[in-house]
Amino acid sequence: MSKAMTENGNAGEGIKRPPMEPTLWEKSRPGARGVLPPGVDPDTVTGRIPKELLRGAPPPLPELSELEVVRHFTRLSHLSRGVDTHFYPLGSCTMKYNPKVMDRIPEIPGFRDLHPRTDEEGMQGLLEALSLCEESLGALLGMEAVTLAPAAGAHGELAGILIARQYFDAKGDRERTEILIPDSAHGTNPASAAMGGFTVRVVASGSDGGVDLSALEKALSPRTAMVMMTVPNTLGLFEKNISTMVEKVHQSGALLYMDGANFNAFMGVLRPGDLGFDIVHINTHKTLATPHGGGGPGSGPVGVRKTLEPFLPSPRIRKEGGRFRLESPATSIGPLRSFLGSTLVLLRALGYMKMLGGEGLRQVAVHALLNANYLRALLDGVLPRTGEGLCAHEFVLSARDLASRGLHASDLAKEILDAGYYAPTISFPLIVPEALMIEPTETESKETLDKFARDFRTIVEKAMNAPDSVKKAPRLTPVARPDEVGAARDPVLTDPGSL
Amino acid sequence: MSSERRYTPTHEWIEPASSPGAMKVGITDFAQKEITDVVFVELPKIGKKVEKGGEVAIIESVKAAFSIYAPLGGEVVAVNDKIESDPGLVNEDPYGKGWLFELKVADPTLLTELPDEGAYQKLLLSGGGGH
Repeated sequence: MSKAMTENGNAGEGIKRPPMEPTLWEKSRPGARGVLPPGVDPDTVTGRIPKELLRGAPPPLPELSELEVVRHFTRLSHLSRGVDTHFYPLGSCTMKYNPKVMDRIPEIPGFRDLHPRTDEEGMQGLLEALSLCEESLGALLGMEAVTLAPAAGAHGELAGILIARQYFDAKGDRERTEILIPDSAHGTNPASAAMGGFTVRVVASGSDGGVDLSALEKALSPRTAMVMMTVPNTLGLFEKNISTMVEKVHQSGALLYMDGANFNAFMGVLRPGDLGFDIVHINTHKTLATPHGGGGPGSGPVGVRKTLEPFLPSPRIRKEGGRFRLESPATSIGPLRSFLGSTLVLLRALGYMKMLGGEGLRQVAVHALLNANYLRALLDGVLPRTGEGLCAHEFVLSARDLASRGLHASDLAKEILDAGYYAPTISFPLIVPEALMIEPTETESKETLDKFARDFRTIVEKAMNAPDSVKKAPRLTPVARPDEVGAARDPVLTDPGSL
Repeated sequence: MSSERRYTPTHEWIEPASSPGAMKVGITDFAQKEITDVVFVELPKIGKKVEKGGEVAIIESVKAAFSIYAPLGGEVVAVNDKIESDPGLVNEDPYGKGWLFELKVADPTLLTELPDEGAYQKLLLSGGGGH
């Protein structure tokens, strides 16, 4: 930890900054150890390993007792902010609370202890559960076939794009080399399209934040393989002209892809299949009670229309009579991931869907919409917002007026940390200057939203009246303002203490 | 200010380079301020053929990644590899040492059809343009 990054002690205005937790290297005491395995003679172990493979000296690892390690990580967890401790309105990411009961599902021994190389006969239960998961997602998405293989949302996008490529290949249509993507899309969309071998063409948004219908019509051509749309879009808005867009895209012979990352906003309310979409992916961690990054592997199931089913990744789960078996059709795009996907994550998703049921899942979306619109109404007039009428599950404010005070959206975000929250998403979507993207999710109470709105209002007033003070935020975190530019231009990727 | 320099609504500039037929491309001062501190630049390969409006390079800041589009169609004949090791040049000197690449433009007569300094400034004042 460099000196530039921490401001130990006085954080200004009489506030004492909490100390940074030292690294394990800094806390290391030579000779300290956590565990002493009984009855193991190191020589008998090393004696069995060929000499040329042995280290000359022990690896340079920190030496600490078990209790020191426990305290280190517990202290770090207290310095961190998570949804278990703080309101976490990080737009686009859907940081909702996952019921703790879901943590029991991956612990069920029959699933947990199943070896991935078990034969079909030995994993009938797992295959049945995954098949049920496919069926449930298919019902919610209005899609005739679902693959659970992709390991994350962006992997789902890549799957969808490869499916589209295979589809046009099978038809002998090699002219369709372009994918159209609105400028408000998730950044992963163009990346996935490029990885799938397509040329990306960006379609501009209209002044209302939706896709500009005439720009879309102009961009459609016999070269268009697919149009990727995010619904609701990243401004938290439902596209007004969606049925016309669907019609235009299909008339041009292209496929229509829906980035369903914002599934939380429409689950049980509308089905992408009914809207006319051909392919849709969802991210289980944003909606179906599975862990966010770092908390476990991801999963990005993809639903498709019947005509695209032959191209889904292999292996496919087939039900015959009362038995399940795996099959790899020759028309498939092939395997995308080892074995059957992130199975324990998918079982959590299945558990959540079954626990809440159809009406319960609809209530999730309805309350996500209600909470977002309620908070947006409370913040009316505090900062300019994007979009007229109602929003979906999230909304975007712009801090551009604070430029007159020399402040950016990032300064507000730092002050929000001091108020006892995780900060909203900033600088995204790119089409809104100084964007702050707020997503309360359905799991927050009215009281939490009321308090956040009051605090947010106070922070913006402070920014207008005392901008210099806001520039000193955050005061209550051990690290104040990391040198982001220096870290990106000249990254130091090893702890100097470990060298 | 170069009188031959022309601009795009997506905030690139283009002007004739020293070698005949080649034109130099970079991003405008407005763009570098909007993007904030540049931390990484992905330059095209020499020989890459681009259409007008096609993506040629990517600029990353701590805020986000931005696509850079070709002001005119042509072939990339040179790149400024100095900005790969020192991306801050794009901020410090966007019209000089922070240039991005040179294009051998297919139809150089199209240059004058792009907005000049005055038209670009008007576009900025009207809040127009975008990435």
